[in-house]
Amino acid sequence: MRTSAAPSPALPAEALSLEGVRKRYGATAALTGVDLRLGWGTVLGLFGHNGAGKSTLLRVLATLVRPDAGTALVAGLDPTRQASAVRAAIGYVGHAPLLYDDLTPTENLAFAASLFRLFDTPARIAGLLEEVGASAYAHRRVRTLSNGMAKRVALARALLHRPALLLLDEPETGLDADGLRLLDRLIAAVAAGGGAVVLSTHDLERGLRVADEALVLRRGAVALTAPTGTLDVTSLEAAVSGEGS
Amino acid sequence: MRTARIALMPLAAVMVAVDLVLIFAWVPTEQVMGIVQRIFYLHVPLAITGFVAFFLVAGASAVYLIRKNPRWDRLAFSAGEVGVVMMTLAIITGALWAKPVWGVWWVWDAQLTTTFILWVIYVGYLMVRAYAPTNERGRRWAAVVGIVGAVDIPLIYVAAELWRTLHPDKVIGPAADESSLESAMALTLLFSMLTFLVLFTWLLTERLALRRAEEALAALRAGEC
Amino acid sequence: MRQSLRAAWAIYRKDLRVELRTRETVGSVLVFAVVTAFIFNFAFDPSPQVLGLVAPGIVWVAYVFTGMLGLNRTFQLERDRGTLELLLLAPAGREAIYWGKLGGALTVMLVVEALMAPVFLFLYDLSLFSPLLAATAVLATVGFGAVGTLFAAIAVHTRSREVLLPVLFLPLAMPVIVGAVGATTALLGGGGLAQVNPWFQLMAAFDLATLMVCSWAFEHVLEE
Repeated sequence: MRTSAAPSPALPAEALSLEGVRKRYGATAALTGVDLRLGWGTVLGLFGHNGAGKSTLLRVLATLVRPDAGTALVAGLDPTRQASAVRAAIGYVGHAPLLYDDLTPTENLAFAASLFRLFDTPARIAGLLEEVGASAYAHRRVRTLSNGMAKRVALARALLHRPALLLLDEPETGLDADGLRLLDRLIAAVAAGGGAVVLSTHDLERGLRVADEALVLRRGAVALTAPTGTLDVTSLEAAVSGEGS
Repeated sequence: MRTARIALMPLAAVMVAVDLVLIFAWVPTEQVMGIVQRIFYLHVPLAITGFVAFFLVAGASAVYLIRKNPRWDRLAFSAGEVGVVMMTLAIITGALWAKPVWGVWWVWDAQLTTTFILWVIYVGYLMVRAYAPTNERGRRWAAVVGIVGAVDIPLIYVAAELWRTLHPDKVIGPAADESSLESAMALTLLFSMLTFLVLFTWLLTERLALRRAEEALAALRAGEC
Repeated sequence: MRQSLRAAWAIYRKDLRVELRTRETVGSVLVFAVVTAFIFNFAFDPSPQVLGLVAPGIVWVAYVFTGMLGLNRTFQLERDRGTLELLLLAPAGREAIYWGKLGGALTVMLVVEALMAPVFLFLYDLSLFSPLLAATAVLATVGFGAVGTLFAAIAVHTRSREVLLPVLFLPLAMPVIVGAVGATTALLGGGGLAQVNPWFQLMAAFDLATLMVCSWAFEHVLEE
């Protein structure tokens, strides 16, 4: 976050450091100069309407989108030049679960593990599936799983390589109350372990509770950054919709 | 750039006028083929500028992929568009010439086959841009097509040559033996080539300027909303 | 480099596993190939004399068109459920995706080509069982797979992929199609290694050049 106490810009000690990041899709500007700082051990809540640029920002951090301009450091690494190293340091959950329908959760995770060159994977995979409550479905095809269960498996997939930085794009979709509690636990565990989490969400109340810092995007620009302790749902709502700032 | 554009237009206009006089009034009629042979002075320069344009596309595309500077993409795109026009005209004039001389519009010899496939590749090059979801991806994809196309060209030529040896009966040898050109004819051809290169350069600079304006307009539009 | 190879291997094995489980691509592509081969029966008089002239053409038109269908599917399947993103998130070079997908597509295409050989024997009394014809098939399939994998990755992201893939792919694959038809003609006409050698050289040169250029160009195709 941009705070007056922030140290010099390119310190690898920071989880995220962005300056003037821009991205345009043809005639539409998705991001129009985003600055952002995030320290380790923190959870950042990303708020904004549909089309405000939340997903694009997360995709830039995940090396899936190459920004047109600006500098970004993810875990101290440049996502355009050191993309492989950045990818090893992040876990990303997007709108799609990124699972193969015709493979089982175990096979899906084993494939992800082989992409990340992990060792000792069978135990780790079983443990993670247990943790997200998907053990009973470990050997059924993903095609037969409910959306919520697929989302849980997707979370396990993103955590498989113990990423320092977890990027979650509206992860609540499809999760039941139990799944939401699991999500909160997983987020807290990453932050407590010295990692960092970026979470985009439409659920302002939940976002305020889970995140330490809030960043509001409006039409691709930063409309507000503040610690969540200084905000309530009403003020956040006002920032998101752009009424009286 | 602007001055070059302004200077090139009258130069191209004068050269085209002189070229037309040379081709249709000055150069003697070829004995065997007769009046139709005069199309040769348009056909050969058109084909050569077409090939030059496509080498420009490949070169500029490679630089664009390495440097990511959009000016190289503008050059590749403009050269591609003007090149397709030149190559289309070369194929049409060639067919018009071939029909009375060879008795057919088209033969599948190595040169014609290569020319035709090259033309199709660069039409694909322009199509990729039209169908790409964003300008930036369109540029990169088109650049990839341009480069792969250029690498492929020698192989296409060799393949067409080998194919011809497999089916020798299909070949009707080119009627014009270029080594026996009279000096007036050689001079006309040379001047015509120069004319077309100047014309091509002028069209290229115009297209580049237009492309820049198009992109500036798109950027302004994007800024509004 | 090594990590890219391992990622490519992982992607290849994943593709094979999915295919073995569903048999969707081989199944649908094979049916298409049979129908294509069958319809030629009505395009000309299938007497032995005519067949001698057009057989290599039938075989390779059927193989190239089914290959195109298979290539379209390899990326289609990744795109439909967004799993292409998973491959893009792997900490390896983009060329890993190219080699992995190419390997998967080649395996499927070669299996379909092998399964088609008895079909040609049955429909046209055409025997394709010879080591040199198998070598022809491998050389040609690697060649059009190399070009096709690159352009399928482009086409899958466009509005009109059914049109764009053939428009880009067929002209660029022309040398290897010519090579395959030339070699098949020579071999079916009773020729040996000496007769097919120029065609093999052409196809090998094409394979090498396109594999190098296309794997290099691939990273520029996938980035957003």
